[in-house]
Amino acid sequence: MASDTHQIAVTVNGTQYQRSVESRLLLSDFLRHDLLLAGTHVGCEHGVCGACTIIFDGTPVRSCLMLAVQGDGHAITTVEGLATDRDHLHPLQQSMRDCHGLQCGYCTPGILMTMKVFLDECPQPTEAQVREALSGNLCRCTGYQHIVDAVMLAAQRTRS
Amino acid sequence: MATRSFGAPIPRNEDARLLSGQALFVDDVELPGMLHAAFLRSNVAHARIVSIDASAARSRSGVIAVYTAQDLGEYWSPGPLLVPPPPIQGITFNQRTQVPLAKDKVRHVGEPLAVVIAESRYLAEDALGDIVVDLEQLAVVTDLEKALEDSSARVHDDVRSNVAARVRQQRGNYAAARVRADKIIARRFSYDHGASSPIETRGIVANWDARANQLTVWDTTQAPVFLRNGLAGMLGLSERQVRVIAPFVGGGFGPKIMLFYPEEVVLPWAAQNLNRPVKWIEDRLEHFFATTHERGQTHDAEIVLSRDGKILGIKDVFLHDTGAYNPYGLTVPINSQCTLLGPYVVPNYDSTFTAVFTNKPIVTPYRGAGRQHGVFVIERLLDIAARELGIDPVEIRRRNLIPADAFPYNNEIIYQDFTQLSYDSGNYEPILDKAVELVGYREFVSNEQPRARAEGRHVGIGIACYVEGTGIGPYEGAKVQVQANGKVSVATGIGTQGQGHFTVFAQIAADQIGVDVRNVDVVTGDTDQFYWGAGTFASRGAVVAGNAVNEAAKTVRQKMLRLAAEHFECAEEDLEIGNGEISVVGVPGTSVRIGELALKANPMRGAVRPGTEPGLESTQYFGPPSGATASGVHAMIVEVDPQTFMLRVLKYVVVHDCGTIINPLILAGQIHGGVAQGIGNAFYEQLVFDEQGQLINASLADYLLPSALEVPRMEIAHTVTASPLNPLGIKGAGEAGAIPVGPLFAQAIENALGLAERGVELNEIPLSPNRLFALTAKLR
Repeated sequence: MASDTHQIAVTVNGTQYQRSVESRLLLSDFLRHDLLLAGTHVGCEHGVCGACTIIFDGTPVRSCLMLAVQGDGHAITTVEGLATDRDHLHPLQQSMRDCHGLQCGYCTPGILMTMKVFLDECPQPTEAQVREALSGNLCRCTGYQHIVDAVMLAAQRTRS
Repeated sequence: MATRSFGAPIPRNEDARLLSGQALFVDDVELPGMLHAAFLRSNVAHARIVSIDASAARSRSGVIAVYTAQDLGEYWSPGPLLVPPPPIQGITFNQRTQVPLAKDKVRHVGEPLAVVIAESRYLAEDALGDIVVDLEQLAVVTDLEKALEDSSARVHDDVRSNVAARVRQQRGNYAAARVRADKIIARRFSYDHGASSPIETRGIVANWDARANQLTVWDTTQAPVFLRNGLAGMLGLSERQVRVIAPFVGGGFGPKIMLFYPEEVVLPWAAQNLNRPVKWIEDRLEHFFATTHERGQTHDAEIVLSRDGKILGIKDVFLHDTGAYNPYGLTVPINSQCTLLGPYVVPNYDSTFTAVFTNKPIVTPYRGAGRQHGVFVIERLLDIAARELGIDPVEIRRRNLIPADAFPYNNEIIYQDFTQLSYDSGNYEPILDKAVELVGYREFVSNEQPRARAEGRHVGIGIACYVEGTGIGPYEGAKVQVQANGKVSVATGIGTQGQGHFTVFAQIAADQIGVDVRNVDVVTGDTDQFYWGAGTFASRGAVVAGNAVNEAAKTVRQKMLRLAAEHFECAEEDLEIGNGEISVVGVPGTSVRIGELALKANPMRGAVRPGTEPGLESTQYFGPPSGATASGVHAMIVEVDPQTFMLRVLKYVVVHDCGTIINPLILAGQIHGGVAQGIGNAFYEQLVFDEQGQLINASLADYLLPSALEVPRMEIAHTVTASPLNPLGIKGAGEAGAIPVGPLFAQAIENALGLAERGVELNEIPLSPNRLFALTAKLR
């Protein structure tokens, strides 16, 4: 098995990590269990639910559909990198709290990462655009309405 | 006096942790030396086990152990019956509960045969392929009617005709009512519910600490206390040696109340056996088989009415698919049987159900827990009656509503909580009126729909009423304590899966103790913090645990006042509580922080009065005499594409009465989420089994959970009819959103396409574009 391991250097939330990983190790498992950044959640392991979404070189991707070795030489942001600490939430996180955009909170990290990139690219969205952008992330608790409200509020707050 | 937080739309205490990725879920538990389990599951639905050879798996590098049923020895035992049958005369009930690992026979796809424990999950899954299993396949039981034939194969060899249960409940005299009737309508209805599919699957970490003689289990359960007590019993440990922690749980919706899942039995035993921590996290494919479902019922129902649309009686005979085992007793079909009566006066009722064993995964409650099935039958019957009697669908419902002065209203049959199905309070007509007004019913029917039709658009309207039995017993408890730092601690045993308990319980305590909600720290689901209570189910958390918190906080308030009166040498009536302190009314500058009082309540030296209980702390319990009945009306306008049968919800209205409201923001979230699951159930989600009992759409790419594009914006309004059964006047709200969506979709789609007039009734759920295409074939 030793021959099947690779040295990788990956930057996560601004910190560079050098690790030896098996070639088959999923990026999601690497982040969660090797780097102990467990804020990225795994919901389906087949790329449908979106809970494991991270930002990979500026693009939201499903970390359950990537291998850790693919992270070599790349920059990743996870939910842990969104706010400086619990008391200073990112505007999107704050809006999610204000609008009750989460219940169990399990899908939330993936939604935050998806919608952060969306708002960066589309700072003045319509509700229809928000729903379209959100449609790749499944939430089983909220019925989405409060999430949509939160994204609209975050956009509004960022504008003003 | 501080602002009252009860009733205010307060953002949640728990959110900062969840939003920053710092909340602990079961799969986040990492322990030194931890092993990982993978289960070998049957890939056929019904077979006799000839042999299992795990020798190759055992010798694979990185594998620590492989266990089959034989290896469990005396520990192997069928699980307990969680809910015994209610005391109904003449009941048949055949108890057959699930086992930790299959022995002799497998009875559904996904039933575990063996477990591999290895240094990583990857290695454990590798080793599953090394296990050689010889199964002798048996005829598979999937169809409910065929299952009851003498010639059918038997899921359990010793249960004839696969009858898991048969229950008849009656009120009045249906046969006599039928003779008097002007109108008799009989139909067959089928209602299939689905998989709860929380985004977090199930998971367990078990750790045996040999030095401390202590087992700790992290589990995604909705019932931590019962899990602890049961595990202690099975493992021969005292209850204090077992700590169960249900940390943040990523959605439950019912199936996580089920215990003991095979994995919950096997992991703690293995951890103790190997003296190492063991983790198992269910993958999504496993979830479709290994976690319980809700599923189908087939109803042959008959309603008899007078000419003016008054219900004289209903007779219903239905079959209920209970899956391969029935550990949850009769809760789901009893809920269907009882909730069919809805908010209506049904003077004569004769309902019989047969629960049937099949070679499919186990059925236990999932949000709504069988209530949907009953509501679908009554609402569809009323739609058909309205059409055949020439009465408006809203009007026929109005004529049959239980009048406001008839409460408490006793339906004279037995409910899931073993008491009489009696509605504690309600006022149904204003709810219907409000829904009619908000959806714009009259305007739609008179103007909008004719106009749209003239434009060639197919728009339709639906309106459906329901009641929901909530807040059932037996009881919950809470420990409330003012701490020296001035913050308040609340501990309950109920567990939480996203309902906002960290906030609503804090709101209840904050008002009694006079602190800001953010200064109340709620802990739930850790048996080392509180070890009494039943768990989260049946929309009961806020009602039962909420009232226990209130009682405990009231007692703490009294203790605070007594102590402060001694401190200030004044009467308790002269004191005022708020902003984290107690002050003497009208004497500025005279106040004591409650944290300081807490210190005084726990003196280090000196004497206390006889009978003094230390601390500003109290533990209280609350158990309602019976459930509180919430109610509501949903209304919807939908547009259907007559070619593709894709639909677009143009308007969705919920008017709901769950008694006194604790937090309208959280309540709205509960309703939104319930409706979204109801929409999935009505039009997108279906568990598709083939004749061999194989689930052929076991992935989230094929089993379609609604996304933000399928769930519409909802408009919500409330009426408030307080429950007289608890001091806070609250009723449960967790399941309400999900319950009436099926009949609403059937009605609105039928209306949009003008189907009923052309002889096509939609008497089944789930519908889908494909199914609508098939059902309307005769019109083409």
